[in-house]
Amino acid sequence: MKHRTSLRRILIILFWILLWQAASQIIRNDILFAGPMDVVRSLCRLLPTVDFWAAIGQSFCKITLGFLAAFLCGILLGSLAFRLRLLKDLLEPLMLLSRSIPVASFVILALIWAGSENLSVFISFLVVLPMIYVNTLAGLASTDRQLTEMAEVFSLSLPRRVRFLYLPALMPYLASGCKTALGMSWKSGVAAEVIGVPSHTIGEGLYMAKIYLATPDVFAWTLVIILVSALFEQVFLLLLNRISQLNERSRL
Amino acid sequence: MKPFQLCIQNLSKSYGSLTVWERWSLTLPSGRAYCLMGPSGSGKTTLLRILLGLEQPDAGSVNLSELPGPVVAVFQENRLCESFSALDNVLLAAGPDLSRQAAFQELCRLLPWESILRPVSTLSGGMKRRVAIVRALLAPSCAIVMDEPFTGLDEDTKHTVIAYIKEKTAGKLLLAATHQEEDAAALGAEILHVPSAL
Repeated sequence: MKHRTSLRRILIILFWILLWQAASQIIRNDILFAGPMDVVRSLCRLLPTVDFWAAIGQSFCKITLGFLAAFLCGILLGSLAFRLRLLKDLLEPLMLLSRSIPVASFVILALIWAGSENLSVFISFLVVLPMIYVNTLAGLASTDRQLTEMAEVFSLSLPRRVRFLYLPALMPYLASGCKTALGMSWKSGVAAEVIGVPSHTIGEGLYMAKIYLATPDVFAWTLVIILVSALFEQVFLLLLNRISQLNERSRL
Repeated sequence: MKPFQLCIQNLSKSYGSLTVWERWSLTLPSGRAYCLMGPSGSGKTTLLRILLGLEQPDAGSVNLSELPGPVVAVFQENRLCESFSALDNVLLAAGPDLSRQAAFQELCRLLPWESILRPVSTLSGGMKRRVAIVRALLAPSCAIVMDEPFTGLDEDTKHTVIAYIKEKTAGKLLLAATHQEEDAAALGAEILHVPSAL
């Protein structure tokens, strides 16, 4: 059964690649539309260069830094707001605003205030923070009321309540929040780089590809972004899952 | 443990127009078991919640602050931390004097040993019930309230559980809400009928 579903999946992917190749052969213009072969060729040209890896490294570090900082701040602020009603009410308009302001406006403001060097750190932080904050609040609020009463009756200490009640309630929300936030941090981080063009970044690579109308390069960079962000997502969610398991298995 | 008395004085509690308890008084000396009997919806759970401090009476008082220790509970629902083991659930509520090994041995008296380290979510309803009972009996307390403690237990298990409860509540005060007179008799409990006027 498992074999059959994976075979099916491979065939589906193959179908779309073939369709892509067919479309590119019909259009026959690699400035307008690059086919899979053009993209592979372009990747093969990029792969051995130092600039390519430097760009990935630089963008990865900055976007991840922004993400991790927002992850920690979001959990901290969310937890505090869960305990302090005033803080929650105070932060509400700010979080609403930060979710409705277009990323492009943030990027322009960040460029004016801070320049382009740490642009993607700032942008991925701003995009991720409200998502983690909202999910932390919702996760903590989902804690079973019957269990909090139990904790009250047995006079459980705060660290024990956190470990046995709040963390198990929070984890599913945090994981689903992270899934969305990780994708968004990469999309908005790279978009910011394309606008700000900080040197030696994926955004710069994309921008240069645009200037030279190198459409296969645009496709190749896009593929790289998807791969790196998917890889990071997998590793991060795995880590989160491990923390959850460790919490459940470590001895009291 | 020093003998004490649980005193309920002129207790009144109502929800909207529904009066559950009205000017009800009762004194229960410790070292005994009591069974609260009455039909469903007669306010047994409400009384137990007041004794646990989870709800406040509209009028009247309970001398909770004068008791020599906390009042703990076996709730109507099991209220266990489902992703943790039975052992962790018991240790969570137990005082610092109870070692991991001692808790394990206590659990072994009511549960098959292989079930004790598994996450509670994988246990059957009756097993979960026993974990909830052990958790309450091993937690530091002077009084224990139990709301329908024997739900989901078969007859044989029930007898073992009752013997265990009697052993662990010696000297304490036990107040259980139940429907069945034979459970009360097996516990050697004095029967308290919920006032019929309500």
